[in-house]
Amino acid sequence: MHSSEALNTKQPATGIHPTRFLLILMIVSIFMMFAGLSSGYIVRRNEGNWLEFDLPAGFIYTTLLIVVSSITLQWAWLAARKDNLAQVRTALVVTFALGVAFLVGQWLLWGQLVEQRVFFGGTDANPSGSFLYVLVGLHGFHIITGLIFLIKVLRKSFQYQVHSRQMLSIGNVTIYWHFLGALWLYLYLFLLLNH
Amino acid sequence: MAANIPTHAQVQGGIGATEPGISHDEHLHHDEHHEQNFLQKYVFSTDHKVIAKQFLITGIFWAIIGGTLSSLFRLQLGWPEATLEWLQPFLGKWIEGGKLNPEFYLALVTMHGTIMVFFVLTAGLSGTFSNFLIPLQIGARDMASGFMNMLSYWFFFLSSVVMFTSLFIETGPAAAGWTIYPPLSALPQAISGSGMGQTMWLVSMALFIVSQLLGGVNYITTVINLRTQGMSMSKLPLTIWAFFLTAVLGLLSFPVLFSAALLLIFDRSFGTSFFLSDIYIAGKALSNTGGSPILFQHLFWFLGHPEVYIVIMPAMGMVSEILATNARKPIFGYRAMIGSLLGISLLSFIVWAHHMFVTGMNPFLGSVFMFLTLIIAVPSAVKTFNWLATLWRGNIRLTTAMLFSIGFVSLFIAGGLTGIVLGNAALDIQMHNTYFVVAHFHLVMGSSAFFGLWAGVYHWFPKMFGRMMDEKLGYIHFWLTFIGVYLVFLPMHYVGIAGFPRRYYAWTGFDTFSQFADLNKFISVAAIVAFIGQFIFIFNFFYSIFRGRRATENPWNSTTLEWTTPVELGHGNWPGAIPAVHRWPYDYSKPGAAEDFIPQHVPYSQTQSSNLPYEKEME
Repeated sequence: MHSSEALNTKQPATGIHPTRFLLILMIVSIFMMFAGLSSGYIVRRNEGNWLEFDLPAGFIYTTLLIVVSSITLQWAWLAARKDNLAQVRTALVVTFALGVAFLVGQWLLWGQLVEQRVFFGGTDANPSGSFLYVLVGLHGFHIITGLIFLIKVLRKSFQYQVHSRQMLSIGNVTIYWHFLGALWLYLYLFLLLNH
Repeated sequence: MAANIPTHAQVQGGIGATEPGISHDEHLHHDEHHEQNFLQKYVFSTDHKVIAKQFLITGIFWAIIGGTLSSLFRLQLGWPEATLEWLQPFLGKWIEGGKLNPEFYLALVTMHGTIMVFFVLTAGLSGTFSNFLIPLQIGARDMASGFMNMLSYWFFFLSSVVMFTSLFIETGPAAAGWTIYPPLSALPQAISGSGMGQTMWLVSMALFIVSQLLGGVNYITTVINLRTQGMSMSKLPLTIWAFFLTAVLGLLSFPVLFSAALLLIFDRSFGTSFFLSDIYIAGKALSNTGGSPILFQHLFWFLGHPEVYIVIMPAMGMVSEILATNARKPIFGYRAMIGSLLGISLLSFIVWAHHMFVTGMNPFLGSVFMFLTLIIAVPSAVKTFNWLATLWRGNIRLTTAMLFSIGFVSLFIAGGLTGIVLGNAALDIQMHNTYFVVAHFHLVMGSSAFFGLWAGVYHWFPKMFGRMMDEKLGYIHFWLTFIGVYLVFLPMHYVGIAGFPRRYYAWTGFDTFSQFADLNKFISVAAIVAFIGQFIFIFNFFYSIFRGRRATENPWNSTTLEWTTPVELGHGNWPGAIPAVHRWPYDYSKPGAAEDFIPQHVPYSQTQSSNLPYEKEME
């Protein structure tokens, strides 16, 4: 909500654009939700009656996908800084594709879990498996919101609204996407150490 | 998202949404000519003041519902033998043979708690006053994102619709207590309220959490980023500090409640066993294994405890402001007040397990939580003594808002003292689940926060509606409520110590309790009279909106920025430039000053007669 007027009469504040600040606060709340779930996970695990199973090996591939997608988005951001719009669009499309591939991968891994007889619900389910589905699913839901955000920025780039003097939206989507990537890395490590 | 919000604000005549290059004056002209239709102005408004009023009026609606429910179950508790046939037209099948259905009694208690804690004292209180006062008191034209602010109200509205509808469904509303502990809340076979009613409760709360988060991130961003020139954090009115920290608490704790609710939804509808294990219902074993109901309590109270501070801190902030204004004295210990708010906020996250002393937790862990809990007495006492010291030898004006503020301090002390009792694990094990607990939290959190709400309404009504509320009706409302609240909750301590358990439908089955039947009747009479007294307030409120005495710009001779705005407030708050701030908000009765208050926007150069030595440099 920048306005020349607001800037003139405002107390010098954080130097962060309010919209970006809003985004950061939302990231904090998403983080708290996962913090709640993972601490619940640990508390529950320590109480015993916990089905042990091997995490499907495929998670390493989806992890790689999300890491690479962060790199390509960073590439888009750098290209926008240099006003190289063609590269911005390419990089955004690649990031989007990698994001979709990540989601598809997670979905397939759910199928693999079912084949391993690790269920979400029902008589044979154990909280250890249910938690895995919830963590992956909730993270996947946020990836979908990230993909929608990517599309919006891509559309803006076609309207010439993403360039070195309008870095707000691409900066925001980069922050959000990096957060989602980092969140997945955290969840993956957490599950590897605590499954 | 980044681009859409400013665009939206522009459509709505948005202030602060100008594109770079358009000067301030041009923009305002544009704004004056902007015609808004009824829908834009009063319904889908992005103006923080309109949204505040929407929250307030929805909150009042919910308070009437919540109060009505409590009157119903007080009827049952006061006169367990009486026939309630006359309620049949109103309650329908929940009256069976002249008796209130016991399961419906539990639903009444549950909904009373849910409505009062979340819909009235969270959304109605901080939704109203954070929205109304943050931009006005920090000198901003609106919230950081007016659109998200509007969404925040409409998510609350949607959540309200779902919760309200659940009161009327065939199986009845949720009945597992406002804390919805599983397994009771998870199994429809256990109690009829755990069917559809509980599902709607959870959906409603999910929407409510979204509303709170949308509002909260906005409040925080606005306070951090949109303060006017000169308004440093150390010049903020205490109201803003309180709203700010309240929003931070909400931001950190509501997502955790969301996690808990989500897992409960999965347990209820998708066959998982997060909270369920080894359960037999009607002789039949359930297939769920491996769950832990205690886990739910941890997740719930990680929100639940900060939630009580989300309820009380806005009231604390407003009371600080009103006490200083009406005692014509600077608030005593401004920085200590901020420090104690920070202390309370921090501590609120590490004491949740004092709600769980009897869950069989490790006694060592219990003693850690007990220790942390008792430390909260320190910042609370700092605040209390500062309020009393502010009153001390003040030039007190007993406006209605002032009476309610003093009432707040009284109730906070009375209820807080029993908090020290209950914070002790050894005592809590005895008192747990008795009316002693009920009395404690109704005084310290429920009634206190309500008094803060009323104080705020009486005090800021002139700024909200440009008219004054009637003081005489206000006095009657205050004394009825103040005396009523004590008459209801003081005896409850006594029956609590005698061992009356909470949430019981009737105690007629226990000989021990028969001697307290009169006391219970007394409590019921007091509660119902105090509730009826609230209609004086409701009449006063709505009557004054249309017929009240016209207000002046600054009726209380107050120092904060909202009183520099015109009586007829448009979107954008100040018709001209936003005033810059030069001093702290509590320059009341400053020696040597021409008047007994110096508003925040008056520079030191204009008050040379009253400047202190160190202020001379800033002239």
